Amino acid sequence: MNERARPSSDLLLKAAKREARGRLKIFLGAAPGVGKTYEMLLQGAASLRAGRDVVIGVVETHGRAETQALVEPFEVVPKHILKVGAHNQAELDLDTLLARRPQIALIDELAHTNVSGSRHPKRWQDVEELRDAGIDVLATLNIQHVESLNDVIAGFTRVRVRETVPDSILDDAEIEVIDLPPDELIARLQEGKVYVPEEATRALGHFFSKANLSALRELSLRRAAQTVDRQMLDHVAVSGEPGNWAAGERILVAVNGEPASELLVRSAKRLADALHASWTVVTIETPRSNLASAKQRARLSVALTLARGLGATLATVPAASVPDGLTSYARETRATTIVLGQARHTWWQRTLRGSLANQLSQSLGGVALHVLSTDEPISTDRARAAPLSWMGVAMGLLLVALTTLVNLVVAPKIGTDALDLFYLVPVIATATRFGLRPALVSSLAAAVAYNFFFLEPVYTLTIENPQNFVTFVALAGVGVVASQFAGRLRREATVGARTATENAAIAAFGQRLASVATEQDTAEVTSEEVAALLGVSALIMATHDGAPRIVCSIPPDAQLNPVDLAAADFALARGETTGRDSTTLNAADWQFHPLKTSLGVLAVLGISNPSGQSPVPPEKHLLFTTLLGQAALAHERLRLEGEARQVAVLQQRDDLRTTLISSLGHDLKTPLTAVVAAAEALAADHAASPTSKVLLTEAHRLHRLFNDLVEMTRVESGALAVQREPVDLTEAAAAAVHDLRSVLAGNRIELAVPPNLPMVQADPRMLHHILVNLLDNSAKYAPPGSLIRIAGARSNSGLTLSVIDLGPGIPVGKEHDMFGRFQRVEGDDRKGGTGLGLAIVKGFADAMGLSVSAENRSDGPGARFTIFWPEPLVRRTRSMDDAP
Amino acid sequence: MTAPILIVDDEPAIRRLVRGALERAGERADEAATAAEALIAARRGGCELVLLDLGLPDRDGLELIPLLKVLDRTVIVLTARDRTDEMVAALDLGADDYVTKPFDTAELLARVRVARRHRAGNMQAQPREFGAVSFDPETRRISRAGETVHLTPKEYALFSELARYAGRVLTHHHLLTAVWGEAHINDVEYLRVTMRGLRAKLESNPGHPALLLNEPGIGYRLTSD
Repeated sequence: MNERARPSSDLLLKAAKREARGRLKIFLGAAPGVGKTYEMLLQGAASLRAGRDVVIGVVETHGRAETQALVEPFEVVPKHILKVGAHNQAELDLDTLLARRPQIALIDELAHTNVSGSRHPKRWQDVEELRDAGIDVLATLNIQHVESLNDVIAGFTRVRVRETVPDSILDDAEIEVIDLPPDELIARLQEGKVYVPEEATRALGHFFSKANLSALRELSLRRAAQTVDRQMLDHVAVSGEPGNWAAGERILVAVNGEPASELLVRSAKRLADALHASWTVVTIETPRSNLASAKQRARLSVALTLARGLGATLATVPAASVPDGLTSYARETRATTIVLGQARHTWWQRTLRGSLANQLSQSLGGVALHVLSTDEPISTDRARAAPLSWMGVAMGLLLVALTTLVNLVVAPKIGTDALDLFYLVPVIATATRFGLRPALVSSLAAAVAYNFFFLEPVYTLTIENPQNFVTFVALAGVGVVASQFAGRLRREATVGARTATENAAIAAFGQRLASVATEQDTAEVTSEEVAALLGVSALIMATHDGAPRIVCSIPPDAQLNPVDLAAADFALARGETTGRDSTTLNAADWQFHPLKTSLGVLAVLGISNPSGQSPVPPEKHLLFTTLLGQAALAHERLRLEGEARQVAVLQQRDDLRTTLISSLGHDLKTPLTAVVAAAEALAADHAASPTSKVLLTEAHRLHRLFNDLVEMTRVESGALAVQREPVDLTEAAAAAVHDLRSVLAGNRIELAVPPNLPMVQADPRMLHHILVNLLDNSAKYAPPGSLIRIAGARSNSGLTLSVIDLGPGIPVGKEHDMFGRFQRVEGDDRKGGTGLGLAIVKGFADAMGLSVSAENRSDGPGARFTIFWPEPLVRRTRSMDDAP
Repeated sequence: MTAPILIVDDEPAIRRLVRGALERAGERADEAATAAEALIAARRGGCELVLLDLGLPDRDGLELIPLLKVLDRTVIVLTARDRTDEMVAALDLGADDYVTKPFDTAELLARVRVARRHRAGNMQAQPREFGAVSFDPETRRISRAGETVHLTPKEYALFSELARYAGRVLTHHHLLTAVWGEAHINDVEYLRVTMRGLRAKLESNPGHPALLLNEPGIGYRLTSD
């Protein structure tokens, strides 16, 4: 068998181990009264009709006749009565149920808390024990008892339950949501069809409101979907099959280059992990974003790079303001949680704008806001406004001069009173064209000109007349307002235009990437697009036969010097940005960016600006980061698809081999039986003939080889069904020795397994097989007549059973290889083993949750093979009185 | 002259070999290749003992067992070593013993001998010897090397059940039902604990039992030879 398929057989063995546990099916309801128990009984009855052994562990019918009727066909395990104070409390009788060992047990109210004195504090723990014993369980549960949702539900229902079931139990179970529309449930409640415990009646009116029931219903459906997603992920991990699946929770984290950006990204990642949610890092590009300082931009790009590395989706949203942008994007993507930083605002910032969180909580209902307070004051290191435009000032003054000339011409005709209005024209013109400061200069000039030429006394500058002052203030005010307004319009137009082109470019890039089918194509598309969008040379490098190799470059004849190559190598190996403008090997001409994916760095993108300038100008940083993320995703997708195909091929080959061996097994067994029996008959009839002895030995050997092959196939196909029961190791060892008595006839055997050792949990047949193989192995290597010892002992952490021989021992350094396939001590072909015996031992031990080890004896020559039972698989010692 | 043994197997080679082994031991044998043939031969009478292979071409061998038991035939099942489930099912359906394929001729003959012995005599009331242990069902007295051994009621019930079918394997279900009743059919631990007690009192070396043998995953056997 090909070595590369080995992990897959490991995974399948694991899956087989899971199979051995009983399955759990949960009937999940939004509230009491939706009919969970009813549905559970219906399905139990269906299994009963299908001939399965189904019993009722606990079912609360609450005296409802329709439910009571459904209980009739089942065997009900009587409850266990515990005395608590003066009362008798009836609980699930776990021991009886375990002893009864049905195939399926029905158990109501998974979240129930047992009275003190029970084995486990919680009923779900009882269920876990039943499942460990291989019993399938059908159980019911209300959504408010799910641990992670407990707080949320208590929040809106104002009913807090203390009985909760961990989410891991749900993740491991099949979930069926019992769905009943709120109106019907309320109707059932009014008809008195819903049982509610006495102490809960007070809270009822509120709990069973339509709004609450709708919310609970949605939560149930969502939780069930989440479990399916989770199981799908596990499945994907096992099969290596990439796929699309929707996640229940979606987290948005808003960053803008504030000092806490990185912190925000990290905490969002933690939250996303905890909720198994997808997460998106969103940057809102507002007109004010243009004013961001270089420091802020750098921080933003660091945060975005980090986010991409942590697996986030990146998004840039153009909007008039941060709250608007976040609100619309959150609605669009149906986000469930938004993570924000809350900087310390000064009082006027708060009063003027209100905090972002406040604004969002008003505009977005039903979305959780996680506000991370940071101690950083809101940064004021904005870039200075554009430098004073001298050209603007000159133009402003010229316009004022022109206006003055016009005024001088028209003044005799219309009088001087309205002339100040004309000065609005140069001020507004300057403000809209050149901004605030030239506008202020021209309004001052206009006021002076008006004063000098048109106010009495003319040709003098006086400030006696208050009208003059008013004129100046009015002109200056108009200038300020007009310049601000025009400035904003201008900036929005710029941002809008840039964002639109960039988004179009990103979308086009994404589309091209989605259609490529090979890594070579991906590399070509990526380097072409990056080269075109940034106006740089671009190339993709990937590791090939252990060395970085250029997959594709634009222009095609890109040259890399040794420093560039070293930088590329480093980026590939370490997953860091290297080369020009970075902190590593920045003497290089090229800059290298790793394409980071969940599978590691698959390739690096190299860029270099032929003009010798920085390849990524700051305003293109965000665009570049997004492109890089998309390229990495495309690489990851292709790699996963390739691996899935490979796994599928190997799997097919494996299946074929298994089928072949099992069908061969069937066909070979019969003639083999005949050959062995005939050889025995011959040996009995012609005891003196050496030929008949050889025939018998070889027939037995063939038989052993054949059995080993069949067993190994079972181990590797994962078709091992483990049936654990308490096993007495003394008799297990004795039975193995008894079965192998003819092989062991040439050795002395010492059985040192004290009859008072605790019993252990094991599959008796698998254990027998393990012991027979270990003894057979020892008999092969032990010198004739030497002692083979089987010893059992209690240890601090469990229990061990060892087979010890006085043979040559294990070659040094081979201790861990002994359990691989086809392992034999070299030069020992005459021993006639198949080399599979110990591999089967390991396979069976793994399936039963035991560990095996091989070592040399410390006190002399010989090997010691040890099976170890961890404490949970060692039975509590029962005294004789317990057995009735 | 003992009644012939019916060999039921669809492989002529196996039938021939089993027949050879039996005849060398002084038995007579009949052969059947299918379930239908086997039933005809069994109904015709004559044979007391059936060696039954479970993999028959026309019918599941397991289905044949209850029919053969109704006809009061002793059934020894021939089955592959890795088909333990099948073995247990066969025993629980009433098969008297089993031999695994490819079989040891000596083992096959030993099983046949035990079966013959059980058919021949009413063994239940007679005093019996099992190695150093002697057992008198009439007086319920059990002694080892001449000394009386005191057993708890469960130990006694277990031992007497094994002694009644001495030499045959009895499944866990069989023993649990006989000693503890239907309700405890899955309490293998009861059986193991009581068996420990029994061994401590009856075996000369309880750490290496020679009398009360365990067949992993199947049941227990009290050696009778």
